[in-house]
Amino acid sequence: MPYITDRKRAMGMGSAKTGTEHHWLMTVTSVALLPLTVLFVFTFGRALGLPYEEAVAYYARPWPSLVAVLFLATGWYHFRHGVQMMIEDYTHGFTRTALIVAMICVSYAALAASVLAVARIAL
Amino acid sequence: MADVNRGNRPLSPHLTVYRPQLTSITSIFTRITGNALIVAGLMIVWWFGALATGPEAYAVANGFVTSWFGDLVMLLSVLALWYHTLAGVRHLIWDQGHMLDVERSEKFGIGMIAGSVVLTLLTVIIV
Repeated sequence: MPYITDRKRAMGMGSAKTGTEHHWLMTVTSVALLPLTVLFVFTFGRALGLPYEEAVAYYARPWPSLVAVLFLATGWYHFRHGVQMMIEDYTHGFTRTALIVAMICVSYAALAASVLAVARIAL
Repeated sequence: MADVNRGNRPLSPHLTVYRPQLTSITSIFTRITGNALIVAGLMIVWWFGALATGPEAYAVANGFVTSWFGDLVMLLSVLALWYHTLAGVRHLIWDQGHMLDVERSEKFGIGMIAGSVVLTLLTVIIV
């Protein structure tokens, strides 16, 4: 007979509570990312590897910097929710909580850092 | 605690008993590619951060991202990005209730694999 309380057995096994919101959020961000991905790949690909002055001049232009900010912000936001779904599927208990907290922090840090960096270059 | 056997009941068949199928493999790769993009994502954030910092920092970051290792990561990430993008399109179509049968899902699956390779080659040629 397993010595386990009802609460312990039920923990983490319930519905996600915010499943509809999550699904809608992933739908919106994925649709937004479709054009942004194409635009970002072909603008960033052009800038990557340029000498310092040319790279700064390239991202000082409004169009490439707008694409970069929109893509990186939306992308990291999409990632923050996608990675949580993976963690919830494969881990349990404290590991799950710790990983979710850590990945939310990493995602928003990356989002803020990229937006700040592009803003500094562009402005 | 009426039912003491509640945590120890037989389970329904799971992943390990199934032969890999195109639908399951394309699905798991959607997750793998999406989450693996964190590597390239953080490299790109570093690249932008360094570009905002100054020439020395930029030389280090740009040197790393365009090294053979950085190139390899970027190449695989571009492939992962196109694959994940096409898989996302498939999910958007599914969400509208279309193409839910196995035959067309598998056709789209093959299309996703082929399409991501073609788009990657196209990216390498253009960029």
